[in-house]
Amino acid sequence: MALKSSACVLRLNTLRRAARLLSTHTRPETVQNGKTADFPGAKAPYVNEIKFLNENSYDPIPIYRVLDNNGEVIDNREEPNIDKETLVKMYKNMVQLNQMDKILYESQRQGRISFYMTNYGEEGIHMGSAAALAPQDLVFAQYRELGVLLYRGLTVTDIVNQCFGNCEDAGQGRQMPVHYTSKPYNLVTISSPLATQMPQAVGAAYAFKRTPNNDRVVICYFGEGAASEGDAHAAFNFAATLDCPVILLCRNNGYAISTPSREQYRGDGIAARGPALGINTLRVDGTDTLAVYNAVAQARQLTLTENKPVLIEAMSYRVGHHSTSDDSTAYRSVEEIEKWTKDENPVQKFKLYLERKGLWDADSDKSQQKEARDIVVKTMQEAEKKKRPHWREMLEDVYCEMPPRIQKQMQQMEDHLKKYNEHYPLNQHQSD
Amino acid sequence: MALKSSPVVFGLLARLSRRSFSTSKALASKPVTVRDALNQAIDEEMEKDERVFVMGEEVAQYDGAYKVTRGLWKKYGDKRVIDTPITEIGFAGIAVGAAFGGLRPICEFMTFNFSMQAIDHIINSAAKTYYMSGGQIPVPIVFRGPNGAASGVGAQHSQCFGAWYSHCPGLKVVMPFSSEDHKGLMKASIRVNDPVVFLEDEILYGIPFPMSDEALSPDFVLPIGKAKVEREGKHITVVCAGRATDTALQAANELAGNGIECEVINLRSLRPLDFDAIARSVAKTHHLVTVEQGWPQSGIGAEICARVMESSTFFELDAPAWRVTGADVPMPYASSLEVLALPRPKDVTAAVAAVLGNKISEAASQ
Repeated sequence: MALKSSACVLRLNTLRRAARLLSTHTRPETVQNGKTADFPGAKAPYVNEIKFLNENSYDPIPIYRVLDNNGEVIDNREEPNIDKETLVKMYKNMVQLNQMDKILYESQRQGRISFYMTNYGEEGIHMGSAAALAPQDLVFAQYRELGVLLYRGLTVTDIVNQCFGNCEDAGQGRQMPVHYTSKPYNLVTISSPLATQMPQAVGAAYAFKRTPNNDRVVICYFGEGAASEGDAHAAFNFAATLDCPVILLCRNNGYAISTPSREQYRGDGIAARGPALGINTLRVDGTDTLAVYNAVAQARQLTLTENKPVLIEAMSYRVGHHSTSDDSTAYRSVEEIEKWTKDENPVQKFKLYLERKGLWDADSDKSQQKEARDIVVKTMQEAEKKKRPHWREMLEDVYCEMPPRIQKQMQQMEDHLKKYNEHYPLNQHQSD
Repeated sequence: MALKSSPVVFGLLARLSRRSFSTSKALASKPVTVRDALNQAIDEEMEKDERVFVMGEEVAQYDGAYKVTRGLWKKYGDKRVIDTPITEIGFAGIAVGAAFGGLRPICEFMTFNFSMQAIDHIINSAAKTYYMSGGQIPVPIVFRGPNGAASGVGAQHSQCFGAWYSHCPGLKVVMPFSSEDHKGLMKASIRVNDPVVFLEDEILYGIPFPMSDEALSPDFVLPIGKAKVEREGKHITVVCAGRATDTALQAANELAGNGIECEVINLRSLRPLDFDAIARSVAKTHHLVTVEQGWPQSGIGAEICARVMESSTFFELDAPAWRVTGADVPMPYASSLEVLALPRPKDVTAAVAAVLGNKISEAASQ
């Protein structure tokens, strides 16, 4: 068929040439396209054959790892040079995170707070990435990155105060639990609508890029579920076209609430979208803390020196339920969860590594678990006793300067409370 | 998102300017178009503050879809005048993030109709983050672009977002009318630390308004939240903003011929809303009509009437207040219907006559 038709074409061409020779009308020869096209939208070679590309046209993007499931370094050249104190700090924060999740989750069940989200299964991503960042870097988190905040210095007290919305909460009790905010630790207020943090992170990175001698990068965490939002595509595209120092870190934990990743997208995951949009991309084992550390450390270097975004897809498994509003056994088997709790447990892997290095043992683990638990219990008891924010806080910070209309409401409230204070639980609130 | 019909618009502009807009006669020194006044304001503020930058579709080499950013890319370069891919959700998000990061973005929507794709960033992020962060993270952005009906661009390109945005605490919403309004309020919007939604009008861009020497100076700034009495009168208060101000002024001119003196109040800003100015005027005229291009339900007029009801101004009224609004339908494409779907001076004079004659029920039943 192919032969036949090209013969036909040949014949036609000969005819055309003959016709041209016979014609008295001469026309200049059109410049022939070369082997490579030069369209504004694509510089690519020409081919003479139709071939649709699909996910099977490429090898799957490999997953970088450093440790095996026994906490042993697979290739010594890849072992990061992290000092002992930092390694221990990373592990202690994992323990703290687990204990906090356990107790705060329970406290929601007891009706003491309205909502909570656990971080089980993603501890490696949190500690590995947080340890590789600098304190001046700006963090845009989604809502399941508590470990990152802990590592950066947010205390158990700060976190519990936020969840209880008392007068010492940096957000003045204005947000539902797990929506942390911290200017000193460079954490942008967590936003409930999914993926809005992504283009915003790119915008902040653009602001940094414009600063002379910039030494700050932005890291933006998002789940693979959030990557289905239009914001995610916009963020990838803007990060690439604006050449911004931003690390886009996808926590692919396999589930968007109850929807498994196989129903969320086709193709080779989130990482496959990176090269398509011109972004340096890496896929990493998110249950391997050291691999995440290496990935983020190198990404940070690359993005800072070249002002080019980096996309990291950290593969993991959401061991806990999506949130306190979810029971995940309705859509996945207990055996599946077991596998990830036991064999592929990031905390376990990292602990085995520390034990191999002689930095940790069963005794220190036992006492650390207890210490971590005690501090959460104690902090929660204190947090519940703390007063609620001053009633005025409900009207503050709507605008940078309070407009007359709100001033008027404030005055009305003030007068009202003077007159009817016995009807309000004012003693539970902070006062002047 | 892009669909605009420049030839139609410019044709219409030419017709409109022939028809001559009602422009302020006071202290007229030099006619300046709204487009140039905006350009001047943005240029002056960019000159003054390195953190100010413009982003949006076609704002750079192309000078903006409506040429508001003309010459700015040449003057300030790629770093401060940024052409973006066609993703409202993307560049509105970028603007919010850049404001978090310490810059002061001016985010141009080719028209506010397209801002719907980005409204989550405007409301859930820009308007609320200062509050949610406990006052730690201010979000100084100006979201600007043409709003409301242009001409012949149909249902999806002809709608007023004044009521939508002014519904939301945390935002300031500005709707200027004249060149002076545009310049003074744009400069104020860029300087303020809150997010501002700056609602312009495609038809007004090409209209020259006289500008005083004071308004032309780089120090000229107008306060956000203060209305302007465009025309004094003693018989009835007509409250309006943006292009509806022109409709109101034309009606007022016509009514003056019949001995009815309207006091025309150009709100300039929808949030904060200068209700004191309305109350003062109604205390004098005892009659009230509102004029807006947006739809009636939950609109600006509805808000003004509600505030009148809730205040002592209610007792000043000698007749029920009435709203003149856009028709309660998606904008028709047919030009004959389009004209009827927007408030005309005739509608305002009819409303004024009905209110003054206390014939509301009669007029409404027609």
